[in-house]
Amino acid sequence: MSLTREDVTYVANLARLEFSDDEVTALADQLGAVLDYAQTLSELDTSQVKATEHVLAMKNVFREDVVKPCLTNEEALANAPESEAGCFKVPRVME
Amino acid sequence: MEYEIVIGMEIHVELGTKSKIFCSCPTEFGAEENTHTCPVCLGMPGVLPVLNEKVVEYATRAGLALGCEIAHYSKMDRKNYFYPDLPKAYQTSQFDLPICNGGVIEIEVDGIKKDVGITRIHIEEDAGKLLHESVDGTLVDVNRCGVPLIEIVSEPDMSSAEEARAFGEKVRNILEYTGVSDCKMQEGSMRFDVNLSMREKGATVLGTRTEMKNLNSFRALIRAVHYESKRQIIELKKGHVITQETRKWDDTKGTSSSLRSKEEAHDYRYFPEPDLVPIVIEADYIAKIKAALPELPEAKKQRYMDEYKLPEYDAGVLTATGILANFFEEAVGLYNEPKQISNWLMVEIPPLLKEKELCMENISITPLMLTELLKLVKDDTISGTSGKEVLKEMFSTGKNPGDIVKDKGLAQMSDTTELEAIIEKIVAANPKSVEDIGAGSDKAYGFLTGQVMKATKGQANPQVANEIIRAVVAKHLG
Repeated sequence: MSLTREDVTYVANLARLEFSDDEVTALADQLGAVLDYAQTLSELDTSQVKATEHVLAMKNVFREDVVKPCLTNEEALANAPESEAGCFKVPRVME
Repeated sequence: MEYEIVIGMEIHVELGTKSKIFCSCPTEFGAEENTHTCPVCLGMPGVLPVLNEKVVEYATRAGLALGCEIAHYSKMDRKNYFYPDLPKAYQTSQFDLPICNGGVIEIEVDGIKKDVGITRIHIEEDAGKLLHESVDGTLVDVNRCGVPLIEIVSEPDMSSAEEARAFGEKVRNILEYTGVSDCKMQEGSMRFDVNLSMREKGATVLGTRTEMKNLNSFRALIRAVHYESKRQIIELKKGHVITQETRKWDDTKGTSSSLRSKEEAHDYRYFPEPDLVPIVIEADYIAKIKAALPELPEAKKQRYMDEYKLPEYDAGVLTATGILANFFEEAVGLYNEPKQISNWLMVEIPPLLKEKELCMENISITPLMLTELLKLVKDDTISGTSGKEVLKEMFSTGKNPGDIVKDKGLAQMSDTTELEAIIEKIVAANPKSVEDIGAGSDKAYGFLTGQVMKATKGQANPQVANEIIRAVVAKHLG
C-alpha cells in the first residue's frame, strides 16, 4: 500500500499544515515507505487476537474528587505568546 | 408528498463533581477567566491526567437511572481536532467502548406515550470558552476545560419538536433527581444537539440529516426543529438534495445557517488514550449504586396517584422537578390535604414565580408557611380570596401567613353579634329587598349579601352572613 499525494494533502489539511507541491511528493514517498514497512504486520493472522486497548495491564486508576489549588491567572498565561483581559489570545476564529 | 420529521438528540450534561475530570481544579461556574487551570487542563506537555472516581460513579448512576446497561469494560479515547477552545488539540472522550449502552425512557406528548431509545452514554471533558470581544483576535478562557460531561445519545425515535422537548425535559428531570448534575441550562450545564432529517411519511429509510449544535434552552430547541424541518421540506419540494452538514442555530434571528468552515472538515482520528487505563466496573459496584438511587420521577408519580389519590395530571406536574416534589411531600407531612396543596402549588404559585422570573428553588414560601395558610382558609379564618392575597404577600415578603392576616386585618368576621347588628341595619335600610323576597324573589338575597360584604370590607364570612340575613329577613317578614 502506497500513500497518494491526495492522502498527504488531506492529512496535512487536518493537521493545519501547508506544503509545497515538491514537499507533498516527497512526503508521499517517505510516509508511504513507513506505512509499507508497518504493513508487514498485517501479514499476521490476527482474527483470533483481541484488540489491545491499552498496553499496560492496569485498570481503574482514579483520583478522589478533591479540589486543589490552581495556577494564578498570571502563571497560566505566562507561556502565552499573546494575552488580553486575562485570556489567551489567538487569531480570530470565525463564528 | 407528506413528510415526517426524524429527530435524534445528543445531550451534553455537566456532572456536578467538585473537581475536574482529570485534574484537581474546581468546576465552579462563574470564576474570573483562567483562574481554574493547572498544567493538566492547560494541556502542557508531559502531564498525566488521572480520572476522577466521582465521574465514573455519576455516569454509572445516570446510566442506571436512564435504563442503560453499564459496561463491564470501557476506555477513554482521544478525539482529535483543532480549535482554540481545546488546548491539547484533542478532546479526551470515549469512542467505541462507552460506559453505558442501550437505555430507554418513556415520553408523553398530548396524552400519547412513546419510548425513546438511548443508544449510549459516554464520559468526556468539556472544552474552554471563546470570547469574541477583542478587536483583532479571539480570547480563550480555559476554566471550563476539563469539566466532566456525559453525552447522552438517543436513537432517532422522535418525530416532532414537542417530542424532542419532552425527551429533553424527561432526561433533565431524571438527572436532576439523581443529583449527578444541576442541569442548569442558563449556565450551560445542559446542552442539546439535534440531528434532523425528513422522510416520506411511513418510509423506513432515513433521509440525509443535518446537525444543529449547542441549543441551550428548550425554546431554542423547539424553534430550531421547526425552522430546520421547514427548511428541509422546502429544499426537498424543490427537488434539491439535503447536504449532510453541521448548521449553526442563531437564536436571535431564529434561523440556522451552514457551517462550512475549514473547522468542519471533521475526521477525528480517534485512538485509545494511552495516558488513561481502562475502566472496569464490577457487578457489586453497579448493585451498590443501583440500591442508592433515589425514587425516580416515574415511580414517584405513580406513588402520588396511589398514596395521595392525586389525578395523573397533578402527579405529573408535582414530580416534574425534585424541588417541587420535595416541597409537596414536606407540605403533605405537615397537613394531610394533598389535593388542596397540589391545587395551590400548581395553580397559585406558578404565576407568582413567572411574574418575578424566579424558580421554585429560590421561593421565599416554605412548606410550613403554605400549610399554615391553607389551615387558615380551611377553618374560615380568612376567605379563599384573602388566601390568595396572603400568598402573594408571603411570596414577596417571606412573612408568616398569621402575621399577614393580622397586619392586613384579613380575618373574617365570624363574631355573630357584631355581624347581626350590621345586618339588622342593612335589612332595615332596604325594605324593598325584604318586600321582593317576600314576593318570592331570591335575587334580593344577593343584593343584601353584597351590602353586608361592603359594610364589612369583605371580612364577613359569607356563609355565616347568609344565614343571619335569612333569619333577619324572615323576622322582618313576620
